[in-house]
Amino acid sequence: MTNAWWIIGGVLFVLLNTAAGLIWLERRMLALWQDRYGPNRAGPFGLFIVLADTLKLFFKEDWIPPFADKVVFVFAPAVVVASVLMSFVIVPFAPGIVVADMNIGILFFLAMSSLGVYSIVLGGWASNNKYALLGAMRGASQMISYEVFMGLALMGVVVLSGTFNLQQIVEAQRGLWFFIPQLLGFMIFMVAGIAETHRLPFDIPEAESELVAGFHSEYSGMKFGMFFIGEYLGITLISAMVVTLYFGGWLGPAFLPPVIWFVIKTFVFISLFILLRASLPRPRYDQLMEYGWKLLFPLSLLNLLITAAIKLWLNT
Amino acid sequence: MLSLLRSMWLVFLHMFHKRDTYQYPEQKAPLPARWRGRIALTRDPDGDERCVGCYLCAAACPVDCISLQATEDEHGRRYPEFFRINFSRCIFCGFCEEACPTYAIQLLPDFEMAEYNRQNLVYEKQDLLIPSQGKYPGYNYYKVAGLAIKNKDKGEAQDEEPPVDIKSLLP
Repeated sequence: MTNAWWIIGGVLFVLLNTAAGLIWLERRMLALWQDRYGPNRAGPFGLFIVLADTLKLFFKEDWIPPFADKVVFVFAPAVVVASVLMSFVIVPFAPGIVVADMNIGILFFLAMSSLGVYSIVLGGWASNNKYALLGAMRGASQMISYEVFMGLALMGVVVLSGTFNLQQIVEAQRGLWFFIPQLLGFMIFMVAGIAETHRLPFDIPEAESELVAGFHSEYSGMKFGMFFIGEYLGITLISAMVVTLYFGGWLGPAFLPPVIWFVIKTFVFISLFILLRASLPRPRYDQLMEYGWKLLFPLSLLNLLITAAIKLWLNT
Repeated sequence: MLSLLRSMWLVFLHMFHKRDTYQYPEQKAPLPARWRGRIALTRDPDGDERCVGCYLCAAACPVDCISLQATEDEHGRRYPEFFRINFSRCIFCGFCEEACPTYAIQLLPDFEMAEYNRQNLVYEKQDLLIPSQGKYPGYNYYKVAGLAIKNKDKGEAQDEEPPVDIKSLLP
């Protein structure tokens, strides 16, 4: 039992520090891809920028607008962090390093990640501000349209491995990583994952050029920081899930321990998220919905159908 | 879809490009000579003040950040008794430089004027006056003006005809 507490504490520690470290990583990587240097003054390679940002967030005036619904306003940012942290419960970092080895792992992940939208909707609604409300509405409809085929895209992996348990899914990839037989599923999951974390180019709920800052227009101080950390945790979660489901999780040549393989692969995907932010323009709002419902949703159904058919054909 | 992947690849390649950043405090940005930065009062080639206190700069200033008071010395040469620019209001538009008939007020390529205390941004005459001719070397207003001052009588200015004796009939 004590072992489990160590794992929970370790996972929490690593995740929260990763989320903070991503502040630096993102700014540095974006700078690299825009021919700049990025933070390079505070500390070695500008690493203390994280400290400075954190201090700034803590000492900023934490203002609650008088017209806001106070309870919901304070509650909303906590939801996103809590729900994303809960999703990490089922991610297997290495054989044995997992908080809860559940047989319904993927279902739990889907359930928890869909809770994240509450944070956006409640935050936008409680702000009692038209821009925030518009952002929340966009967030809600984006989540609804991309949540559906996110689950469907995952079902290809489930069909191939025959289990919802993530450890067993990783073990099933020992011969061949699932991104080769499930290339379409991987791409759909990736797009849905980006939309799920409402990262660029799908940052429509907070599109700062149209809505002031979208659903978190009225947020300041550490309450804004929670949304911020929640976003980075979301990136880490989706990257970890992509690695677990399609890129063989902790599997890799034996010269490095499994957990290091997992971390390396996850960071490759986190960098891919940042590269996406650096390179792609934001789609228009109706384009996003149309793309989701008319293209990706049928494609994910098709992917599931074909995967299932091939699986049946191979088994008989 | 392919174009998206292509643009991602092209952005990724920027990782290996040269950086465009100026590492500012160590490496200064090369500012053009006509950069509109800090305002200074320049001197003429003799080392005297160029400003004649005509108030044109203060009149041209859209934000009214210049205030001055003109006075005269014993030879009739005008100069500002005080000259004050409030840089916390200044928008560095350069209108004062355009308006100045004596090239006295000039905007220099220098932007490093940050202060912790707002009051320190109010520059008095001793802060503004520099021992230099600025962008227009060799120009001396009192050498071309038809005004009699010390060491120069009427008609002795550059390209100036001697004054006509209106009481005389001789050509």
